[in-house]
Amino acid sequence: MPHIPQGYIWEVATLPAIHIHDLRKTYVVSEREAGARAALKSLLHRRTQEVPAVDGISFDLAAGEIVGFLGPNGAGKTTTLKMLSGLLHPTAGELAVLGRVPWKREKAFLRQITLVMGQRNQLVWDIPPADSFELNRAIYRIPAADYRHTLEELTGLLELGPLLRKPVRNLSLGERMKCEIAAALLHRPQVVFLDEPTIGLDVTMQRRIRSFIADYNRRYGATVLLTSHYMADVEALCRRVIVIHHGRLLFDGELSGLVRRFTAHKTIVVQLEDCEADLRDYGEVISCTDGRAILRVPKAETARVTERLLADLPVMDLTVEDPPIEEVIEQVFAQEVT
Amino acid sequence: MKGLVDIYVQQFKTTLASQLQYRAALFIWLIGHILEPLVFLVVWSAVSRSNGGSVGGFSTGEFAAYFIVLMIVNHLTFTWIMFEYEYRVRQGTLSFALLLPIHPIHSDIADNVSYKLITVPAMLLVAALLGVAFHPTFRIVPWAVAAFIPALIMAFLVRFLVEWTLAQTAFWTTRVNAANQVYFVLALFLSGQIAPLSLLPAPIQVAAVILPFRWMIGFPVELLLGRLTPVQALTGLAAQAAWLAISLILLRIVWRAGVRVYSAVGA
Repeated sequence: MPHIPQGYIWEVATLPAIHIHDLRKTYVVSEREAGARAALKSLLHRRTQEVPAVDGISFDLAAGEIVGFLGPNGAGKTTTLKMLSGLLHPTAGELAVLGRVPWKREKAFLRQITLVMGQRNQLVWDIPPADSFELNRAIYRIPAADYRHTLEELTGLLELGPLLRKPVRNLSLGERMKCEIAAALLHRPQVVFLDEPTIGLDVTMQRRIRSFIADYNRRYGATVLLTSHYMADVEALCRRVIVIHHGRLLFDGELSGLVRRFTAHKTIVVQLEDCEADLRDYGEVISCTDGRAILRVPKAETARVTERLLADLPVMDLTVEDPPIEEVIEQVFAQEVT
Repeated sequence: MKGLVDIYVQQFKTTLASQLQYRAALFIWLIGHILEPLVFLVVWSAVSRSNGGSVGGFSTGEFAAYFIVLMIVNHLTFTWIMFEYEYRVRQGTLSFALLLPIHPIHSDIADNVSYKLITVPAMLLVAALLGVAFHPTFRIVPWAVAAFIPALIMAFLVRFLVEWTLAQTAFWTTRVNAANQVYFVLALFLSGQIAPLSLLPAPIQVAAVILPFRWMIGFPVELLLGRLTPVQALTGLAAQAAWLAISLILLRIVWRAGVRVYSAVGA
């Protein structure tokens, strides 16, 4: 056995799966005014403009983490995922995935990662998924026994059985997405980038894919970075979320921390006999039906208002809740980054 | 190596399966490949007949043989990558290829070869029918027939690598079609498609020796028809080998630079 210095092992063991420091990506876009004259002018003298898509973000992901990567459209999520998977060359900053530089696209690197884009498909349109899977087996050089085992597992978890022999073009969107995900995971990547994996799918299919991702992460200890516009995905899968906006990092931490930090209000739900009492004195009344009143109160006053409600009114039931995560995210996105 | 063979086998299976879904398109392409040499065959046969049965060392029957063999060689070596590549770059489908731990040229080669496998029987049938109609005269020279095989394989590889490299212009410009047009016109004259090169003016013949076009089409045709001396055949094979090396180097350089551009502007 070759001699490996102890320090080396320690270093590898503690290396983050993904490391980003002050990462930037600036697109150079040529601009010109409308009209023939402007077109002529731009022939001779091209004016370009620099558009920062990712503007200095930093974070680390430990091996085995599932992290939600959130931001409104155009925030720089996909650009970041493409830099992480080696498709885009960063303009500046440090970037390492499993200790390798993605844009070099070394084979050893590409064999350990995958990128699933919910809006694009990779499977060959006219042939059954089983044939595309075989092609991936050959390309990734997956040993036959491993391939059989993984395929069996994926077929079971995603219920692919009846789909494998149908041409891809005859599959429904949800069925196709399941096959796309299976194809992307046959080589058991250690790092998985998922860009909107549940987009356009119905609720049942979303739930199935969600539980599958959790399962894959548990089974193989894979690191998962996931973008989604469905907060249910994020709530079910990610303890940690990273929020970016205009290419900058806005928040990095636990989902519950995001709620705490970005909401100044809590929701109090009180069950009364009826809706006769005037509740405006206690907080903003969102609604009241059949005696069930929903109030929005400033976070700092929650305890005091609760106390008053209990003392003043014949309360049958009372709960204090955080606003729904969608609402929180909406507020986060509404903020301008300084 | 075993891994690469496995990949090619799987690629053949998938491309064969998906191409067989579009049988009509396959044969429309094929018709184009038959019509073009057929037009030149008819023209040159007419010229030869009106000239007393031969032009510049080609009898009417030898013209027929030349264009029938040319039709087959051209079909076996042609590629459509230059038309397809721009779409891949614009639509971003190239990104999927870049995520795979293999050079994307392999799937293109497999795709091309499987198309040829499907269409060759039809091509040979057409060649036989043209043979009945135009009475070609063949002179069989055994060593030349044997040398034709490596010449044909190298012709395919040189043409494939050159056209694959040219297709990379899609990374830099949206006007790929204009560049393609220049290339195709040059190829038409300098590869021997429009007429046997020995009939063309001396400056064009010199250009044909220096440029790669003759080595992609004309040379294997002349070789199979027994029109070359052993020395000419060997020189030709050496020229093919040289172009193979040059195009491989060019491809590597251009591909790397192209991917850098692609990954800078947004894949």
